[in-house]
Amino acid sequence: MSLAVNLLLLVFLLVMALAVLKTRHLFAMAMLFGLYSLLVAGLFVVLDAPDVAFTEAAVGTGISTVLMLVTLASTKSGHELVSSEKSRAAPLIICVVMGALLIYGTHDLAELGDASSAPHQEVAARYIEKGQEETGVPNLVTAVLASYRGFDTLGEVTVVLTAGIGVLMLLGNRKKLRVKELANGK
Amino acid sequence: MMDFVLGHINYWLIVAVMMVGLYTLMSRSNLIKKLAGLAIFQTAVILFYVSLGKVTGGTVPIMDEKYTLYSNPLPQVLMLTAIVVGVATTALGFALVIRIKEAYDSVEESEINKMDEQD
Repeated sequence: MSLAVNLLLLVFLLVMALAVLKTRHLFAMAMLFGLYSLLVAGLFVVLDAPDVAFTEAAVGTGISTVLMLVTLASTKSGHELVSSEKSRAAPLIICVVMGALLIYGTHDLAELGDASSAPHQEVAARYIEKGQEETGVPNLVTAVLASYRGFDTLGEVTVVLTAGIGVLMLLGNRKKLRVKELANGK
Repeated sequence: MMDFVLGHINYWLIVAVMMVGLYTLMSRSNLIKKLAGLAIFQTAVILFYVSLGKVTGGTVPIMDEKYTLYSNPLPQVLMLTAIVVGVATTALGFALVIRIKEAYDSVEESEINKMDEQD
């Protein structure tokens, strides 16, 4: 049953990704991208990952779509130009070959949900066995995120800070510059 | 054979979504659309990792006396970090697009290349 829901959502996801690819109207593309992220959040719930689903729904569906809309508004772009057919042949070949190689690679993977597969041994098993006892948090995702792998989260915060500084440096000086240009123009 | 297909079709569909994202990134000239393609590619990778952590019959990894079998929390934790970092990089990409628009008055890669060739 869970697999059927999973497959249905994945097929919708593929349709949504193709719609993002095909539509020329950029505002429609932003909306379709929001829907795509929402479907991904739904899939995370089916895959027993509600914490990831929350994050995807808030950050992927919310912030990403808003950022895309802000960019569309400030660049005043409505439609994309039709690119020539010539420029599409090479990417198509690369994607088909790479996709085929990746699918060939999945033959080595355990089936979906196989409890005896490698990712579920060793450290993950220990987290489940001792996690609550050692950290006092019943939610194991939180326990691993904030306690066992706290430095990972610190690194993540550093990356977000760096990106924030980058955005500020790119866009922060802009208004001052524009005011100067206007003053010089007059 | 049927079991093999049912056990792996999830991965195959995720790979297909991933490649649609990569194709959008490489074939389209509009920079905003390229970034959307990048985000699709990235979400597909995250989805792949989370699906590796699923255990059949398992439940959400929140401890409770009623359950004994839990899905793997580790891929979920790692992908939680990846989502946030991904949005940070996407935001930086959009900021670059806004600056490019101001400098070149276009967000189409083909037009920007033409302008660069003229200089």
